[in-house]
Amino acid sequence: MLVVAKNVSKKFMGSYVLDKVNITINSGDRIAMMGPNGAGKTTLVRAILGFYHIDSGEISVKGFDPVKKRVEVLKHISFIPQLPPPVKLSLEELLVYVERSSGVSRKKIFEESARMDLDLKSHISKPFFKLSGGMKQKLLIAIALSKKSELLIFDEPTANLDPKGREKFYELLTEIDPACSTLFITHRLDEIEGLVNRKIYMDLGSVTEDEKI
Amino acid sequence: MKNLFLIAYLDVKESLRSKWFYVYALIFGGLMALFFVTGVSDSVVMGFTGLSRMLLIFIQVTIIILPIFILITTVKSISGDRESNVLEYMLSFPVSLKDYYWGKMLGRFSTVFLPVFLALLMGVVFGLFSGGEMPWKMVFLYSALLFSLSFVFLGLAFFLSTIVKSTDVALGSSFVVWIAMLAFIDIALMGLMLQNRLSDEVIITIAMLNPIEVFRIGAISLFDPELTVIGPVAYYLLDTLGAKLLMVYALVYPILVGALFAYFGYIAFRKKDLL
Repeated sequence: MLVVAKNVSKKFMGSYVLDKVNITINSGDRIAMMGPNGAGKTTLVRAILGFYHIDSGEISVKGFDPVKKRVEVLKHISFIPQLPPPVKLSLEELLVYVERSSGVSRKKIFEESARMDLDLKSHISKPFFKLSGGMKQKLLIAIALSKKSELLIFDEPTANLDPKGREKFYELLTEIDPACSTLFITHRLDEIEGLVNRKIYMDLGSVTEDEKI
Repeated sequence: MKNLFLIAYLDVKESLRSKWFYVYALIFGGLMALFFVTGVSDSVVMGFTGLSRMLLIFIQVTIIILPIFILITTVKSISGDRESNVLEYMLSFPVSLKDYYWGKMLGRFSTVFLPVFLALLMGVVFGLFSGGEMPWKMVFLYSALLFSLSFVFLGLAFFLSTIVKSTDVALGSSFVVWIAMLAFIDIALMGLMLQNRLSDEVIITIAMLNPIEVFRIGAISLFDPELTVIGPVAYYLLDTLGAKLLMVYALVYPILVGALFAYFGYIAFRKKDLL
């Protein structure tokens, strides 16, 4: 099992945002995670990524605790946030960060960017935050796909992409290694229906539905 | 460790593109140039002239500007990244929190210390060209004092940056820290002494705990070994500790306090939710 979350609870300001959540993610799982705003989807993902200290329960990624062994855990995960953050580094510097911290090849990032119709070379010295919303998202996707992780986590990844960009993105996802797992946080199941084999529905901090498609 | 230097390098690169860095460098470099252009170094005030006079004014300016500049530019370092979700993305890569935190601190220290240090060197070069005698020991000790002052405020800023979640609160608290420390330099302490509301021991302790006051006493003791120009508390400290011990204290104490706050900041960064 790639990810195991057992009875995970997390409170913010006295209210449960995650309430005894149990899920497992196996190799090859392609999950669409849905639910209304405030259901706990992003909190669960952040707990898996080791950003939150959970109040009770346990989470392990490939057998490692995401908080205590964050480096081991994050070697196996690629993450794309919903909105590209305003990183002030230039693209060149961002690539250096990704290359050296994660051992991703720069050539691979350039190749994936080209497949997303993003010409990295002509923007390489620009600060990341000065790119258009779509370009930023394409670069984050290219970086995530180049990292060759065992779990790809996408939080509404296509929110900033135009229809052509979305099409390209979904096309690239069909080429991902079948052993690799993906977790999409999404409100639009129809868009990714062909790319997922499992549907998880969350509400009020709990998993209310978890079924294979 | 490899990632620590990577984070430091990237933080320096990022700072070098920021407007605050240029304003900061311009203020210190510009001030030093202004002192020479306006002939401040040629004037004689209370027996100080030449490079000593110029360095003395530089100290007065440093006491006011350096702490607040370091606090407001650094306090946003982690809290700002957290608020804008930059931290979420950057820490989704396999980088340890130790490397990230200390790397950021190392990078930020270089960018806050170097402009002030270079401004000091600029003053030394100007002084040499205008034919003055170079007080090398004073320049060396003053550089070391600047290092200590930068370090203590950097440590404080990193601590505040990690324990508060919003940039506004971080900025607000840094102003409070700065104002409180400024208020308790010699002049306010003299006021307290005159009013007899606190015992002399308490007043001396407050003075010795305040890094700005410690820097001020240490720096001015380089120019005026009798410390007659800065008041009774400083004079008492000099009398009790002696010149050498006072200087060691002025150099070591701020570094220790800075390191302690930076470490508490790191513990908070590790133990609390990152976002």
